[in-house]
Amino acid sequence: MAFTKDEVLAGLADLVNDETGIATENVQLEKSFTDDLDIDSISMMTIVVNAEEKFDVKIPDDEVKNLKTVQDAVDYITGAQAA
Amino acid sequence: MTTMTSLSTRNGARILSVGAARGDLDVPNDDLVGPIDSSDEWIRQRTGIISRVRASEGIEAVDLAETAAREALERAGLDGSRIDVVIVCTVSNTVQTPSMASLLCERIGATPAPAFDISAACAGYAYGVAQADALVRSGMAEHVLVVGVEKLSEIVDPTDRSISFLLGDGAGAVVIGPSDEPGISPSVWGSDGAQWETIRMTNTLGSMREGAAWPTLRQDGQKVFRWAVWEMAKKAREALDAAGVEPADLAAFIPHQANMRIIDEFAKQLKLPDSVVIARDIATTGNTSAASIPLAMHRILEEQPELSGGLALQIGFGAGLVYGAQVVVLP
Repeated sequence: MAFTKDEVLAGLADLVNDETGIATENVQLEKSFTDDLDIDSISMMTIVVNAEEKFDVKIPDDEVKNLKTVQDAVDYITGAQAA
Repeated sequence: MTTMTSLSTRNGARILSVGAARGDLDVPNDDLVGPIDSSDEWIRQRTGIISRVRASEGIEAVDLAETAAREALERAGLDGSRIDVVIVCTVSNTVQTPSMASLLCERIGATPAPAFDISAACAGYAYGVAQADALVRSGMAEHVLVVGVEKLSEIVDPTDRSISFLLGDGAGAVVIGPSDEPGISPSVWGSDGAQWETIRMTNTLGSMREGAAWPTLRQDGQKVFRWAVWEMAKKAREALDAAGVEPADLAAFIPHQANMRIIDEFAKQLKLPDSVVIARDIATTGNTSAASIPLAMHRILEEQPELSGGLALQIGFGAGLVYGAQVVVLP
């Protein structure tokens, strides 16, 4: 079953909250993971691995550095599950 | 044709004793933060390290190895002459040849025992235990000395933000000998050379002839983190399966002390019950590569001697990439 962009955003917000305690409503599309949400590289990788499982997609190591904003992650995940 | 003589094999091998030597200098985060434009808080949050031990200039890696080996021998009640094989696991020997093991072998009075070094980085000790277990069970040796030793301060770059600030100096030694019951489970070990560059030296010794700088260590921390937790959790489960052991049967979990965040996430993935003691020696020792597992084992047994005789899952993983895991009976 494919997830919509809204579902991916909501799911991602839950994963960010689980890992960092950041309130889900603060996980907005335009936010940068590092600059705005202050998520470090290790937490980012934990979120990525959990997102792979949750959305049944593959996010290669080399792709992670391109996921700068929440929008980037939502776009990548929705694109990857469509592929 | 004459049939050749074969050795009598043994049912089991186990760790008889453990010894440790830590660098003589405590190096707190504040001593390292300047050149990497960092802070004590940044290092603690990302690594769980408060301080690491490093050895003074006059103390060589083989000196640390000798101290740890002598303690292990004493605790095993053995003279050096009773050691049949000396295996040193290290990546910080500053000469390519001869081996550190042959020098250590001579220093502890084990000459003419066979002696050799293993280059398997942070998995070195687990590789050494795998070989010692096989040597003892095959009848090739009665007592094998395995030493994980590093003077990583020789290969750090104070301006490197990827790995240098994690690293410490130390040695952990075990004597492995015969046992009526298996005391070391079948080893789960392997390598992945496709990730050869993930943890690497900055340049080769050969390039120094052209004026290149002294080689130092680097890593791609994010890649290492994913591999070290999720891929290694699978290997750890394989080691438990190979041993026929459930997580609840363990007294301790002793992973390579790479980074506290790796240790914590690893334990979470393995769903270890609260009864399992988790080694967290890294907080004040730092990452000592091949030495980290026996050093952490030594600390656990000093702090909780009642764990002796219990089962511990140990797993080493690092540059190669390489990994090795076993369940062992704690000495």
